[in-house]
Amino acid sequence: MPVDYQALTFDYAPHADQQAARPVRRPVVIVGAGPVGLALAIDLAQRGVPVVVLDNDHRLSTGSRAICFAKRTLEIFDRLGCGDRMVAKGVSWNVGKVFLRDAQVYRFDLLPDAGHERPAFINLQQYYVEGYLAERAQELALVDLRWRNEVVDTQPQDDHVTLTIDTPDGQYRLEADHVVACDGSRSAVRRHLGLESKGRVFRDRFLIADVRMTHEAPAERWFWFDPAFHPNQSVLLHRQPDGVWRIDFQLGWDADPEEEKKPGKIIPRVKALLAHSAMKDAEFTLEWASVYTFSCQRMARFRHGRVLFAGDAAHGVSPFGARGANSGVQDADNLGWKLAAVLRGHAPDALLDTYAREREAAADENIRHSTRATDFITPKSAASRLFRDAVLSLARTQPFARTLVNSGRLSAPTTLHGSSLNTPDSHAFAGTMVPGAAAADAPVTRADGRDGWLLKQLGDGFSALVGADGELERVLQGLAVPGFPLSVLAIAPAGTRAGDALVDRDGAIARRYDLQPGTGVLLRPDGHVCARWRAPTPERVQAAMRRALALPDGALPCP
Amino acid sequence: MPLITDAHLESPDDFYEALIAAHEGLAEDESHALNARLVLLLANHIGALDVLREALDAARPDQ
Repeated sequence: MPVDYQALTFDYAPHADQQAARPVRRPVVIVGAGPVGLALAIDLAQRGVPVVVLDNDHRLSTGSRAICFAKRTLEIFDRLGCGDRMVAKGVSWNVGKVFLRDAQVYRFDLLPDAGHERPAFINLQQYYVEGYLAERAQELALVDLRWRNEVVDTQPQDDHVTLTIDTPDGQYRLEADHVVACDGSRSAVRRHLGLESKGRVFRDRFLIADVRMTHEAPAERWFWFDPAFHPNQSVLLHRQPDGVWRIDFQLGWDADPEEEKKPGKIIPRVKALLAHSAMKDAEFTLEWASVYTFSCQRMARFRHGRVLFAGDAAHGVSPFGARGANSGVQDADNLGWKLAAVLRGHAPDALLDTYAREREAAADENIRHSTRATDFITPKSAASRLFRDAVLSLARTQPFARTLVNSGRLSAPTTLHGSSLNTPDSHAFAGTMVPGAAAADAPVTRADGRDGWLLKQLGDGFSALVGADGELERVLQGLAVPGFPLSVLAIAPAGTRAGDALVDRDGAIARRYDLQPGTGVLLRPDGHVCARWRAPTPERVQAAMRRALALPDGALPCP
Repeated sequence: MPLITDAHLESPDDFYEALIAAHEGLAEDESHALNARLVLLLANHIGALDVLREALDAARPDQ
């Protein structure tokens, strides 16, 4: 009997902390058991850090909500031990099509280059993602997940934060060395601190209708501008697991949200779409509907002393581009190893500032993309509308115009250009794996002769990809920084066999990383490139690892 | 390469005549649409963002 994740409830269980005479101190308390909070909790627990997660509810997400999970997010879920389940259940897709009225004007393939284990995207209802993460978290003894624990007050102190928590058994207080607010766009923690997330609110309304129907069609993202079945507006169609289809209808600002939520209003809209497609006779039932508006906004700073903000609590985007949940999971990925290092005294507190700086820059990038897509989909002025329509009409015959059609630039990992944790290049390299880039996957043959994937071979700490030359991999062996070992992955060219080396089966590593014999590429514990050399030495690699931990050369912080 | 603002047209009067002729018989909104498509086609031909930004600045009425 498959689990019905939408109906799943998690039991409230009283914790001894609630009866303690004095508030108990915990190293990390995460507020919010959504995708971001759960991902961070799993990461910290896997790194040996005990973590408390407080959630004000005892259910998973209501409705499908975020449905597009990007390749980078899946790679992070792989590291967290639940990527396979997500991909097995999700609908994998790489191709998007854009239509103007009834004609296709643009087609894109998000993963044109083969040689990645994970697809560009899967579509998967948010309740599955949260459910699989929650089940993974519950396997870990260090995760203390407390349902129906609502944080009603947050008081930062000099050396800790005091939380006041409402439960079915009344209130209790808890102290935390660090609090991570992953409590969504209406973050209670943000409000308790008197902080705001600011930006642009868009004057448009959209209807999400999830319909269940039995119909075979390719798993692609279809986006219409001004279709005959919904004139002057846009429509987005996506396939989810379980025979559920997500349809997103632009309604305009004047639509009445209460009226539009009624099945009597929604069903004719869906029927009109189906009548214009190959699915015209499909029987369907309405699964979930929601009318929403959105804004592109962020907090000025993601770190406020011992309180850190991640996910929607810190930043918000329009749904076009799937940059909300995906960027939130990247926040968690960025923060986990840093928080673990600081808590253990392996890195200075300043490392947490780099979480804020790196992810604030990422939020700016996501907001920029999202705002541009929104301005294209919902032009804000007559001139904007004029050029939008001109682009669409040219796109039918002029290839250049297709690159201007913007129905959402889909989530890709942010390259952390200019981060203080990067060691600047001292040699010339080709390709996109610059310092700050999220490591690209590639097919490999492992030392045991089996085929595998590069990202699955990375260690929990730092990893060095080394173009095998027999000597370099040997001299780098055994390097480490406090708390993080260095995994040295010797890479041998395709067609060779070299002891313990990974074989670059299709030459993708050489191509993507510009990896030559003797080249070294250093990856952080979150899989971002932080340094690379044509002739690395143990001293340089050691210094780059220390730099990536914000450690001053030659001095360890006092724990 | 900076935006060329010195005379550069091969045949200024012929171009101007062709530009006006292209709008012949069009309603005002159709003319606006033609101009928009024209801007996009020419922008793609130029390609360089810095040149295009210079042109956008030069075209603003307050310049």
